[in-house]
Parts: sequence; C-alpha cells; structure tokens
Amino acid sequence: MRAIGLGGPRPQGTRRAPPVLWVPAVVVALAMVLPLVYLVERALDGGGEVVDLLFRTRTAEILFRSAALVVVVTVASALIAVPLAWLTVRTDLPLRRFWSVVTVLPLVIPSYVGAFLVVVALGPRGMLQDFLEPLGVERLPDISGLFGAALTITLLSFPYTLLSVRAGLWGQDPALDEMARSLGHGQWRTLWRVTLPQLRPSIAAGSLLVALYTLSDFGAVSLLRYETFTWAIYLQYETAFNRALAAALSLVMIAAALSLVVFEAQARGRSRYYRAATGAARPAPPVELGRWRWPAFSFAAVVTAISLAAPLSLLAYWAVRGIAAGEPVRLLWGNALNSVYASGLAALVAVAAAVPVVVFTVRFPGRLSWLVERLSYTGFALPGIAVALALIFFGARFATPLYQTLALLVFAYVVLFFPQAMGAVRARYLQISPALADAALSLGYGPTRTLLHVTLPLLVPGMLAGGALVFLTAMKELPATLLLSPIGFGTLATSIWAAAEEAFFAQAAVPALLLVAVSAVPTAFLILREPRRGP
Amino acid sequence: MTAPALVCSGLTKRFGSSPTHALHDLHLSVEAGSILALLGPSGSGKTTALRLIAGFESADSGTIEIAGHLVAGPGRFVRANNRRIGMVFQEYALFPHLTVAGNVGFGIEDGSVRRQRVDEALALIGLSGLGDRMPHELSGGQQQRVSLARALCPQPAVLLLDEPFSNLDEALRKQVRREVRDILKFTQTTAIFVTHDQDEALFMGDSIAVLDQGMLQQVAKPEEIYHTPATRFVAEFIGIGDFLPVSYAEGKLATAIGAVEWAGEPPPSGAEVLLRPDDMSIAPSESGQGVIMERVFLGPTYLYEVALDNGRTVRVMQHHTRQYDVGTQVTVSVVAEHRLGCFLDGARVG
Repeated sequence: MRAIGLGGPRPQGTRRAPPVLWVPAVVVALAMVLPLVYLVERALDGGGEVVDLLFRTRTAEILFRSAALVVVVTVASALIAVPLAWLTVRTDLPLRRFWSVVTVLPLVIPSYVGAFLVVVALGPRGMLQDFLEPLGVERLPDISGLFGAALTITLLSFPYTLLSVRAGLWGQDPALDEMARSLGHGQWRTLWRVTLPQLRPSIAAGSLLVALYTLSDFGAVSLLRYETFTWAIYLQYETAFNRALAAALSLVMIAAALSLVVFEAQARGRSRYYRAATGAARPAPPVELGRWRWPAFSFAAVVTAISLAAPLSLLAYWAVRGIAAGEPVRLLWGNALNSVYASGLAALVAVAAAVPVVVFTVRFPGRLSWLVERLSYTGFALPGIAVALALIFFGARFATPLYQTLALLVFAYVVLFFPQAMGAVRARYLQISPALADAALSLGYGPTRTLLHVTLPLLVPGMLAGGALVFLTAMKELPATLLLSPIGFGTLATSIWAAAEEAFFAQAAVPALLLVAVSAVPTAFLILREPRRGP
Repeated sequence: MTAPALVCSGLTKRFGSSPTHALHDLHLSVEAGSILALLGPSGSGKTTALRLIAGFESADSGTIEIAGHLVAGPGRFVRANNRRIGMVFQEYALFPHLTVAGNVGFGIEDGSVRRQRVDEALALIGLSGLGDRMPHELSGGQQQRVSLARALCPQPAVLLLDEPFSNLDEALRKQVRREVRDILKFTQTTAIFVTHDQDEALFMGDSIAVLDQGMLQQVAKPEEIYHTPATRFVAEFIGIGDFLPVSYAEGKLATAIGAVEWAGEPPPSGAEVLLRPDDMSIAPSESGQGVIMERVFLGPTYLYEVALDNGRTVRVMQHHTRQYDVGTQVTVSVVAEHRLGCFLDGARVG
C-alpha cells in the first residue's frame, strides 16, 4: 500500500480532481477533436457521391503511392539512423559529440525547402547537369516522383529515428552487454544479439514519427509531383472545389495514419523491458571500432554532407545570387515577423493548454482522464492539410467571425502540435514527486495555490522545451499555413512555397535561409538541454 | 490526563474494486504532546491511516477529530490544507526550487513574522545560517531536519511522519531519530509516525499501534506490546517468539520442554504458549529433547536454533560464553521469571 514515493502517478489515488484542473483539461481535449468530428460530419454530408468517389481506382492509386513512399522512407531512415545512433552513443568514433549534434540538425530544414534544393541540384536541367554539360550530358533523368520524394524526405526525417534510438541506447543497462561479453560473446555478436534486439521499441517509436511525417508531408511531394493524399486533397480543394471529396480523402488519410499508430503499438507491445533500467548507473565502456574506425567516420561525414552541409551551402549560394540579382530582402522581414508571431502564439497556447491536461491525466487516473489523454493525442495522427480543411469548413459555417483570422491558424497549429507540448511537459511532470504537492497541501496551500507556487515553477523546464518544439514545428508548417493564413498575412513558409512553385529558386532561397536561421535558435536550446550523460 | 489531540473512530477504507479493506474499523486516540508509532508490515494499512488523517484520501466511513474539531465524518470532509496538520515525507519532499529558508517558511502566511519563525525553526534543528542554501546542497540528515522544521513551523495540531528515517543509512538513522524525538518532545508536538521497523517504533513511540491487513491488533506502551502481545501476530511481529502446544494439569502447563507453573485460568485445548529466546535456556545433554541446528553470533549473545524431538523448533538466546557446536544434543528448559502468554487461533487466551 505504499502510495507516497512512487515519484509518478499514484495508482490508487481516490481523490477527486479539483475543478480548476479537470474543467480546462476537458475543454482542451474537446477542442482537439473538434476538427476530426467536423471532418466526419462534412464527409457524411456528401452522401452516396462520396462513397462512389472513394471507391474509384484513383483513390486506390493514391493510397498505394502514399504507402510506397512511407515504406521506402521509413526503411531508409532506419538504415541511416540505427548505425549512426549506435556509433555516436556506444563507440569510440572520432568526433563523437560533434556528429551527435550535427546529425540531428537536418530537422530544421522544411521538406519544401529540401525538395526545391533537390530540383535545383539534381533536376533535369539542374546544377549537376550544368556541371556535366561539357561531357555532353544534355539532360538528366527526371528526379520527380517516388525517387526524388523519398530521397528528400528521408534525408530530412531520419533524425526522428536517430533521436529515438539514441535515447533507447542511453537507457540500456550496460551490465547486459557486459554479461554477454562474460558469456563469451565478442563485441560484434553482442551488438547483434543483445544491443540491437533491445532497440526494437525505440526503432518502432522513431519509425512511427518518420512514417507519420511522410504521410502528412505536403511540400516535398507537391514540388516533386508525386501524388499522395496531401497533394490530392489540396488539388481537390483548390482546383476542383470538391469539398466533400477532399473531406472524404482526408478521412481515408487519417485512417491510414491511425493504422500506423496501431501497428507501432503492436510492434512495441511485448517489449517494454528496455525501460526497466532508467538510465545507466555508469556509462558502458565504448566499443572499440578498430579498423572500422575510419569507414565509420566516413559514413557519418557523408550523411552529414548530403543531409546538412549540401543543402545549407546550396541555400547560401542561391541566396547570395538572389540578393545580387536584386531580390527585395527588406520585404521579407514582415513575413519573418509574421512567422515568429503566429508560431510563438501557438507555442504559448499549446504549453498553457498542456499543463492542466498533464496534471489531470497523470495525477488523477480514471475513466475521464484516460479519455482526455487519448483525445489530446488526436493531433498526432492528423495531417496538417486535414486539420486545415476541417477548420475552413467549420469557420465558414459556424464561426464566420473567425474565418480567415489568425486565431484559426494558431488553433490549427495547436491542434497539430499539442502532443509535442504535452510530451515535453509530461516528461518533466513525471520527474516531480507527487509528495511535493501533498507537502504544499499539508502546509495549508489549496489546489490553486499549490499549482501556482509549486507545480508551475517546477514545470518550467518542460514548458520551455515543449514551447520550443511547437515553435520550431509551426515555423516550418506549410499546408495549414497556406490554407488558413488570413489574406495578406504572408509567412516565411508561404513565401518560400510561392517562389519555389514557380521555380524562382533564387527568390525562394533568401526566406528559406532566414527560416533555417530562426529555427536554429530553439533547436540549439533543445540540443543544449539534452542531459550530458556518459563520457 | 490531557485531552486527546486526535481521535479516529471506525475509520474504514477500501480502494477501488479491491475485495479487501485497506483499513477496517480503526479506533485510535492520541494524547496531546505524545508520540504514537503506527507499526506494521507493508500492506497493513498504516500509510492509508496516515493519509486519511492528513486528508489526502477520504475514508469510506468513520470520523476523525483533530484538536476537538471534526475534520472527517458523515457529510464532512475538511481538505488537507485546512486541517492544521504537518507532514514529514519519506523522501522529504523539499521544494527543489526554493531555498532552505523558503521551504521552512512556506507554510507561514503572515509575512511579518515569517523571517523570525524561520530563524527560530532553523535554530531548533541546528541549521542556523544555512537558510540560503538550496535543498540539494544539504546532506540527507540535514534535509530530513529541514523537512521537520518546515512541517513544525506553522505549529500544526498533529504532526504526521511517513517512514521518516527509511532513506537514511543505518548509522545516521539512529542519530537522526534521537534528534527528532528530542525536538518533538521539546516542542511538545503531538506526532504520529508510520514505520515498519520495530526498533524504531520501540524507541520513538510513547505508545505503539500495531496494524495487520487493515486491522488494528493492539495499542499500548512499548513494554506492554513486547511483553503482553494481544494477538499472535503482534507476538511474532515484535521480537522473536516461538510457540509450543500446551496441556493443563494441576496448576501447570505441560510442554515439549517440560512443565511451567501456571496461576491463571486453564487455557482451552489446542492453545500454544509463547516463548521468547530469553525465556529459555539450553544445556548439553545426551538425553536432551533437542539438537542444535544453527548458531548465530550476535556479539554479546548467541542465538541457537534447536530442533525438538516433536518436530518443532525453538530459538534460544545464550550468553556468548556458552558456545556449543551445531549438532550438539541439548536439554531445553524454561527459565522465564514473568507470566507467559497462551494463544489460540491468533488471539490471546490467557
């Protein structure tokens, strides 16, 4: 019956949550599902016509293309990320700390920027062709389609798997490896039979993020002309004005995203053991790479070169060319400010909304809090374009004053990125002993004052991390920004998109470079606060 | 006799759909200024009782009165923050974002007296001058005392301590519990503390309440708990004890190790007598009824485990000069100079 001192949720707590907690938590959870509910209603509106449209072969083709892209990107990301994670956490790879920071950085490059750089560099008449022209190469094979899209998205999203696998490696008990060695396994056999099998849940978790990112990506697939759900939905909405069909396609896409989530839960299900030891008591001695040292070094260098160094230098080159050609840089400050403003608002709102939800769901387990938690994670599986559509329908019909306002755009960001805010705040909250709140109560503090004087100050690091994540992701967001921005409200994302779509690469490069620079601030904050464990 | 600072009657608690009670029909009364130890194994309900008194959980039935005020009962539930209780937590629960002084003064509403009260409290625990430190800069024993000072500062009607010494290492624990007891006595604080450690309960408690499976077994002074346990559970949980079947005849109880004088009512058939290791003595003898199975050296004494012919074993304490080897045939005899107790079906019967 030891209830105090678990450090986490109190499993047998029978106290009722005070209204100051559960009321806002329920309101937030309901807000998170609003778009989904409205999308369903809207699709049902279409009636039989929608059913007919859905069962046309074109839908199956879109589904097949989306699935092919998801599979290729997820597998390729794992092939890059797992070796990199192991090399940077467990071995004597030269410049290990440097590689562990720079290999995460491709996350700051939005997919539409990556895609236009791929076209610029590798397109039929791109820079590579320029370079090869003296050799008589008139035209390169088309980079558009599955290959180009998969290449672009893999290079930008493999850090999700990398981060997850690195965390898994840090959490592994080195005693298990040493045990294997003492049982006569060499270091390569230990890697194969002990280290890797334990990583299955981490690989699954990271791959899920990559798969969801790929499925909901809009920028890369549309610039590279590979018709997946997002682009098809956008075309339906923008050109065909068939809103019921766009809503129905969105629902199919959400179903696909949900099945990815379920699949990952299955893949992970039985293997919770990897978290049994939280944090290694002492770092494992690094594996000696021996003669593989320099090949491993080259691997890290090549990955960094093509995923980070090449895009950044290309961007810089084109930006300089653009400015030299007289691109109006000054106009961009307004757009940059708009980006920061909208993303900052979204980060504030998401973090503020996350606090009551986290405290309620962690501290007062029960049916209501279970439901609140599930509903709050809705945005995780909702692609940006689907949320944007839902809010357009909703705004046009029920909330006309909100239609085409910044509030609606910020709300879309919050719905989409709320799980990130919640994850960071929750991780921090789980580190706070429940006895601290009890201590405040025993000293005469009511629930509200306890929240203000004890819980909130202790949550600050988690709130900052969550806010930084939401800000970063919102800055890069494209489809919802395109559809929901108020008229005349340009952001960096929309100006890059507008220029890239017209193939004005020099014009796109300046805001893209600016976007990467602004994103670097919260990214640096997130990387620097990662605990320095190990040697 | 002073008025009780705390009265619980009929406290009952069951968690969720659990078939068993975490706490069943608990009656307790604690005199002002005295220390009560709640002692029991894990799962006995002692922490539940503490959390009900604190107001962190609500009871299914029963009433709680603190300093004459009803704080829990039918249709009444005063929240923890309005109960005038103080609490010391197992892991101290010091606020990591506040200084030592910030922690100690946390419960003082009135800003004008806070400074003075904090200084007094720090002086009381011997940490004057450390008010500006952060909690993590203190040793475990110091954190423990800060946690005590924080709870005492608002002058609670009852101080509750949840396994307050279990995070300290053995050597420090004995020192800290003496300091804590001195501070509680100096401030004349009414305190209830939860422990599973009988030595701690015997040392700290003016009285001890023993709980098992949610049921109160006995409340009494430490000596009484040890010498006249009310139930077989208490007898086995506090100290070492073995039980031997008895039969009564002509003012004596016959046992496997000889007859014992018996002045009271004849115990019913099937009763067993409690024998502590210091109630018996052994001597080597070819015709003895037991064989030494194990010998444990405890410093001043040896504890012998002796297998009797009838299949039972008893544990016997002997001075360290009486050293016998394992396998020695011995005679076991009763040498107790006090009244022994008989038990049947877990309850005392004489």
